[in-house]
Amino acid sequence: MMWQAYWAVVRRDVLLAWRRKSEGLSAVFFFVVVAALFPLGIGPELTVLRNIAPGVLWVGALLSSMLALQRLFEADFGDGTLEQMALSPIAMPLLVGAKMLAHWLVSGLPLVLLAPVLGLQFDLSGDALVTLTFALLLGTPILSLVGGVGAALTLGVRGGGVLLSLLVLPLFVPVLVFGAGAVEAQVSGLGVQAHLSILMAMLLPALFFGPLASAFALRIALE
Amino acid sequence: MLTVSNISCVRGHKPLFAPVSFSLQPGQVLHLEGDNGIGKTSLLRIICGLSHADGGEVLWNGSSLSKQHPEVVEAFRAALCYMGHHQSLKDELTAIENLLFDAQIAGRILSYDKAMDALQKMGLKNRAHLPLRVLSQGQKRRTALARLSLTDAKLWVLDEPFVALDTHSLNSLQVILANHVQQGGMLLYTSHQAVKLLKTNGHLVDIRSVQMVAA
Repeated sequence: MMWQAYWAVVRRDVLLAWRRKSEGLSAVFFFVVVAALFPLGIGPELTVLRNIAPGVLWVGALLSSMLALQRLFEADFGDGTLEQMALSPIAMPLLVGAKMLAHWLVSGLPLVLLAPVLGLQFDLSGDALVTLTFALLLGTPILSLVGGVGAALTLGVRGGGVLLSLLVLPLFVPVLVFGAGAVEAQVSGLGVQAHLSILMAMLLPALFFGPLASAFALRIALE
Repeated sequence: MLTVSNISCVRGHKPLFAPVSFSLQPGQVLHLEGDNGIGKTSLLRIICGLSHADGGEVLWNGSSLSKQHPEVVEAFRAALCYMGHHQSLKDELTAIENLLFDAQIAGRILSYDKAMDALQKMGLKNRAHLPLRVLSQGQKRRTALARLSLTDAKLWVLDEPFVALDTHSLNSLQVILANHVQQGGMLLYTSHQAVKLLKTNGHLVDIRSVQMVAA
């Protein structure tokens, strides 16, 4: 029963994103454009491009997931669905976790899949592209989970968008450092295991505490 | 059984309404009356547990609904159907999708056929597969109310359920409400319209009313 509700929320949110394609696509498109503009602006110096590639792609992914974050709870808050979730006998963190998973599927997973293609423009090697994809696969869920807490805290606040960025971007810094660091370590031959382990070590607590903290913040927002 | 004892609510350092007490037994209907802005919606939200009370308590089957009793809260939520001013409908989903997802979020299992029946009762059979954004306000309202005939919740808490309904859907809603009460359900609602509920044997359902007054 619990998991049925969980998957129902995931399906519902993905279906909603599918029906409002423009919203979801704008964040993905933003990522593609940012990543495509850098090689054009910097010029065809392959060594420079190779060096900045991990940072540029990670910052692009970070900003693009910020764009999508603001809408995570907004619609459900506005039309009363959050009230119904708060009153459901199903534990609210579970339903909130489902919303975060759906958010990642819609706004995080496309970035993971696009990153290797965009990485080609920066002349990244095959190994580096694989590492980049893996690092994003571990890192983007953290962005959805931690960002979700920020989105819940700023829900219903006027000018919440700016506040959300101020609140959440500093928390994204470790993910950025170790995510981009993983690719650099691969390129310089240091091995990626340490960086990926640290990313994993950030993901696991975020998986557990993110939905709990968001559900708590959402109940306050509903009062 | 729902018991509300001495609930008060403070907004901006001033009590919103004089403390309210009442109890609601299975098969009873309670109409919450009061002027605009007296705090009817606030009271309903407190009873459901969406807001906290500044005094008094809400009891479900004799046990207090507080954080100390999570099992009571869970039982209460399983028995509660709340409909506020927001209808928790998605414009991008069709009427039937709205009903199905909504039931699952509330932890209930709802079959497609039953959802379709409920829409038919509200006169929306031909609109079931249209996205809600193309329906009129009244039709959206009816979609939201179709939920009532699908839930097995014992306690219905409805905030202004009769607003924006045409005569026909008003009648079907009255039938749904009367049936619910006749089957031993509890109904708590606010409304500015006087509405009669008719049982299947032709007798009127006895509606008690609670008048809320300013503190």
